[in-house]
Amino acid sequence: MSAASEHAEAKVPLWNNPRVRALVSQTLLIAVLAWAFWTIFQNTVHNLEQRKIASGFGFLSTTAGFGINQVLFLEYTEASSYGKAFLAGLLNTLVLSFIGIIFATILGFIIGIMRLSHNWVISKLAAGYVEFFRNIPLLLQIFVWYNVVLKPLPGPRQSLEVAGVFINNRGVYSPKPLFTDAWWFVVFAFIAGLIGTWAVARWARKRQMETGQPFPVGWTALGLIIGLPLATYFIVSLVAGNPVHFDYPELKGFNYRGGMRIIPEFVAMLLALSIYTAAFIGEIVRAGIQAVSHGQTEAALALGLTRGQMLRLVVIPQAMRVIIPPLTSQYLNLTKNSSLAVAIAYPDLVAVGGTILNQTGQAIEIIGLWMLIYLSLSLATSAFMNWYNAKMRLVER
Amino acid sequence: MKRTLLSIALGAAVSVAAVTAASAGTLQDVKAKGFVQCGVSQGLPGFSNPDDKGNWTGIDVDLCRAVAAAIFGDANKVKFTPLSAKERFTALQSGEIDLLSRNTTWTATRDTALGLNFAGVNYYDGQGFMVRKSLGVTSAMQLNGAAICTNTGTTTELNVADFFRSHKMQYEVVAFEKADEVVKAYDEGRCDVYTTDRSGLAAQRLKLKNPDEHIVLPEIISKEPLGPVVRQGDDQWFDLVKWTLFAMVNAEELGVTSKNVDEMKKSNNPAIKRLRGVEGNFGENLGVSNAWAYNIIKQVGNYGESYDRNVGPKTPLGLARGLNALWNKGGIMYAPPIR
Ligand SMILES: N[C@@H](CCC(=O)N[C@@H](CS)C(=O)NCC(=O)O)C(=O)O
Repeated sequence: MSAASEHAEAKVPLWNNPRVRALVSQTLLIAVLAWAFWTIFQNTVHNLEQRKIASGFGFLSTTAGFGINQVLFLEYTEASSYGKAFLAGLLNTLVLSFIGIIFATILGFIIGIMRLSHNWVISKLAAGYVEFFRNIPLLLQIFVWYNVVLKPLPGPRQSLEVAGVFINNRGVYSPKPLFTDAWWFVVFAFIAGLIGTWAVARWARKRQMETGQPFPVGWTALGLIIGLPLATYFIVSLVAGNPVHFDYPELKGFNYRGGMRIIPEFVAMLLALSIYTAAFIGEIVRAGIQAVSHGQTEAALALGLTRGQMLRLVVIPQAMRVIIPPLTSQYLNLTKNSSLAVAIAYPDLVAVGGTILNQTGQAIEIIGLWMLIYLSLSLATSAFMNWYNAKMRLVER
Repeated sequence: MKRTLLSIALGAAVSVAAVTAASAGTLQDVKAKGFVQCGVSQGLPGFSNPDDKGNWTGIDVDLCRAVAAAIFGDANKVKFTPLSAKERFTALQSGEIDLLSRNTTWTATRDTALGLNFAGVNYYDGQGFMVRKSLGVTSAMQLNGAAICTNTGTTTELNVADFFRSHKMQYEVVAFEKADEVVKAYDEGRCDVYTTDRSGLAAQRLKLKNPDEHIVLPEIISKEPLGPVVRQGDDQWFDLVKWTLFAMVNAEELGVTSKNVDEMKKSNNPAIKRLRGVEGNFGENLGVSNAWAYNIIKQVGNYGESYDRNVGPKTPLGLARGLNALWNKGGIMYAPPIR
């Protein structure tokens, strides 16, 4: 039998050998694709040249000459380069998306759990929330929130004051903490608290595995992470004086100066993005919890776990397996939706990039950069969530 | 399956390879499709603004109509594409429009690095500031620390940065893409100042809740020569747009209006004869009929008529002629002779 098949194989000519054919056709496909992309690239360069449109990335180091109304973690002025302006836009996108994701997740989990409540009013409220916010176009919601944020607020000279924080239609101004070197002790105490918590948690788990004795890890963590730095802070204050000073915002001329400021555009974007995305996350959470079979709950209760323990140890870990993949897409959506910020003058990547595009005319370069950055952001988010997903899967087993 | 994939890839590659720079003959293309595709603003009274029936009016719109009149003898053969400040150049570069006539400032970058050409100036302007009267501000030099609303993708946002930088004053710029969003944000009190071209201030002011509560400050912080733009590398089309504008200015200088252009046929003035197309073949040289300027003047009017109708003292904008008066009337509006 084997000799016969060997014989048959030997007789097959090369062009009929499936492996050779697959290899050849795939190489050919790749070659053609490469050639196609190369041609598109060449063609574009040629056309740009022929139409006297500037090209290349040299513009990134020339002077931008325009202002940006929210610059974080950078020293940007009008005299900075286009590249730096772009970076400022990127940071604004990152900060907005990051905080948006946190808010949307918290709100989404609350909505999802509310929807499963046995209380008719609460569950219908959550259902109403979901249906309302996910069915109205996001751009519209952004405009509405922007108006809601701006309209009722007074001008700078009639600002509302809440505990040293000033609120007006230019934003929220709060005292800005300034730290002395002694503050590092508090930071180290905090880090030590984190490490300590991790060690205690490890030890407690091991002990519970061996002896079945539970240990109040939660309270210990609270003591270590909050109590320890707090105690350090008081000791440092006694020894070296208060390590924190505040820079208070002051009304000077038209507006407040000094302190920390959150611009209204950011507030409106954050509200719109997190409230909109929370509607979707709520549904994902509900589906995830409902996917855990009822038998699991009953078994957990039969074993004598409390309702809290049952949720924490049995239901949530299993629900997470169902929740995480669609949750990842929501995070990606939120990040990409943050590009709508341009509509209300929040200087995100798209808004600033668009300005650069317009001032330099280098559309292809800017669009290329946008694509590259959004792709990297999405891939990074996916990678993180996949890692987390894999971790959750281990827990379940 | 593999074979279909292969052939798709191949087909796409070949078709891309075959695509070269779009044909340079805009005039031929326009004649073939039967209308001029003109890029205008999304609504700036006096310059390019649609009424509730969708009819566009304005000094920039008149230029589009004049080009159509020169080509087709019919000023209505125009289609308008409303564009934001940010979109306008890409729309022209990509061939979506034939002509950009959208209060666009002629600058070195735009003329040299974007693959575009400016075909003249139809409104000499400068950038100004508008504030609420209640602020008690009388000069731009008092604006230190102000929040300023404006359009993104404009010379405006660059000039304002230059102005505050050179005077060592602080400011916060809030730059929107849509002009109406700027007006709304300023009206809601998000900004202390609204800045744009002074003609734009006069126009946008009309959209505020209480126009009378606002004043335009005296300073003019920049030069804003606004004019029509075409793609670079199509000289015939460039010439046609350029001379359409010149014909309107020359007509005003020669006293030829839409009302008297028919009688002017009898005029003995050789310059008018040439403008009217009675003498010479200037139209043919431009690739259109010799009645080109007659059609422009008859159907759209001369530059002065267009100015008075759209932005002049008798309109809601109420802009005095100023710099835009003819060179022999105290302004700088000047056109080379048709000869
Ligand atoms: N002339 C300046 C500014 C042009 C501009 O876009 N102005 C705004 C404010 S007046 C405008 O036209 N808005 C009307 C619109 O966007 O439809 C430039 O060319 O950059």
